Amino acid sequence: MRRIKGKVFEYLCLAATVAALLLLALLLLDAWIKGAGWLSLRFLDSFPSRFPEQAGIKSALWGSVWLMLLTAIISIPLGVGAAVYLEEYADRTWLTKIIEINISNLAGVPSIVYGILGLALFVRGLMLGRSLLAGALTMALLILPIIIISSQEAIRAVPSSIREASYALGATKWQTVKYHVLPAALPGILTGNILALSRAMGEAAPLIMIGALTFIAFTPSSPLDPFTALPIQIFNWASRPKEEFQYLAAAAILVLLALLLAMNAAAIIIRNKYQKYIKW
Amino acid sequence: MDRLRTQRIRESVIEKALLLCALASILTTIGIVLVLIFETFSFFEEVPILEFLTGTTWAPMYQPQHFGVLPLINGTLMIAVGAAVIAIPLGIASAVYLSEYSSPKVRQTVKPVLEILAGIPTVVYGYFAISFITPLIRVFVPDANIFNAASASIVVGIMILPMISSLSEDAMRSVPRALREGAYALGSTRFEVSTKIVLPAALSGILASFVLAISRAVGETMAVTLAAGATPKMTLNFFESIQTMTAYIVQVSLGDTPLGSIEYKTIFAVGMVLFAMTLLMNIVSMWIKERYREVYS
Repeated sequence: MRRIKGKVFEYLCLAATVAALLLLALLLLDAWIKGAGWLSLRFLDSFPSRFPEQAGIKSALWGSVWLMLLTAIISIPLGVGAAVYLEEYADRTWLTKIIEINISNLAGVPSIVYGILGLALFVRGLMLGRSLLAGALTMALLILPIIIISSQEAIRAVPSSIREASYALGATKWQTVKYHVLPAALPGILTGNILALSRAMGEAAPLIMIGALTFIAFTPSSPLDPFTALPIQIFNWASRPKEEFQYLAAAAILVLLALLLAMNAAAIIIRNKYQKYIKW
Repeated sequence: MDRLRTQRIRESVIEKALLLCALASILTTIGIVLVLIFETFSFFEEVPILEFLTGTTWAPMYQPQHFGVLPLINGTLMIAVGAAVIAIPLGIASAVYLSEYSSPKVRQTVKPVLEILAGIPTVVYGYFAISFITPLIRVFVPDANIFNAASASIVVGIMILPMISSLSEDAMRSVPRALREGAYALGSTRFEVSTKIVLPAALSGILASFVLAISRAVGETMAVTLAAGATPKMTLNFFESIQTMTAYIVQVSLGDTPLGSIEYKTIFAVGMVLFAMTLLMNIVSMWIKERYREVYS
């Protein structure tokens, strides 16, 4: 009897795990069946249109690329700098404790609240309007906690003997960080940053808040240009009742998922490649 | 001598610059709180706070205007509860399987796949809801509205499932082997070890993961905007169209609301409620984890 109960329990747990995996497969399959037929070079190289046959994601794709570049430029130095400070410089004072609690709380703030902040601070306050720069600043704040936490972990994994050897040779703190700690932690930092950027790549809510949901039929040429992005284009098409637009949304989803997969693969390859070389 | 001095200056400038980077996160929090408080106060100059918190009609866009936030909270909680009902049993069962039953090889393949599930953008889940789940629901419940809370709850449940599964599995795996082996030595079956030893010992981590996942469901935006509808109402019927706080905020920002108008200010008042709710849940989650953690040495 006890044995039977145990077996039933095991199969139930197995079924739950399989169900989760099946749901993922179902989701991908659904998007593939509806969207694959609409994927073409023309789709990648056309602007959105009210005629589904002519519509494409050119402005959304370029908008997303611009947005990611700007977000990376803003958030990576800030995030890695903060992580270096917290791991290498800060004493365990009340200030650093507050900073760390604050970072873990920020990681749990809904993305739309960052959108509200971006709307009030960057779009209205700094008068950046509905520009790429306003979007990138908002996204940078959104992923900053993830970048800081993952960079901290990478820096913490560098053994202290490396630092002590550097100090023993007369290096200053910054020299030690610059020439020894950061290079050794680089693969981990890169992996974390790429994953954080892939999170920003899929976010739509903060961009809608700052007003990026408009009809854009050109590619941006400066950070102050208005823009659209892939998740927003997907939202736009998915919220239309006409069936063809649903298929366009599915096709755009396939492009977005392919880009995210590429970013994740890059992160994993970097991690595996350097894990082979660096052994403490 | 001179070189040493410039070096010292450089060192201290760099340290200050890095400190500034770390303070950026504090500034973000201060920014969020100030922006929300500032506009919320100016909202309460026009709408009494009591009407906002206890009113049961939310209609800021039409005349006569009503500003009772309860329908939006009701919608948000429906999604959170519905998602939890789906994600908690599935999440915990898959965590038990991965931690207690599966071979290391299976675990090493399944865990990354679950992480992929967690990394899928929420707008994709929204699309999945309207293109797949909603039609499926309407096969079984023909009366269901095109936009309904059930469809959104299901996809949000799928979305938070990997979080529960992954965090609970971490908690279970950190239960020391000795406890399990002690129970086996006394003649327990694997089922008894899982449910009577491992689950209770890992309870704080598991509960913390529930609270964190529900807080994620409360803040979820794109899937509920696409699938749950835009009809704020006090209902418990999952097959009706509802509206969550997040979906309302999106709805307003999609339209052309003039700066300083009462509709514009509602974004911040509703955002304040949302921020307070999720912050509270995150703090509770951390507190559970700290307070009830079993320490093994």
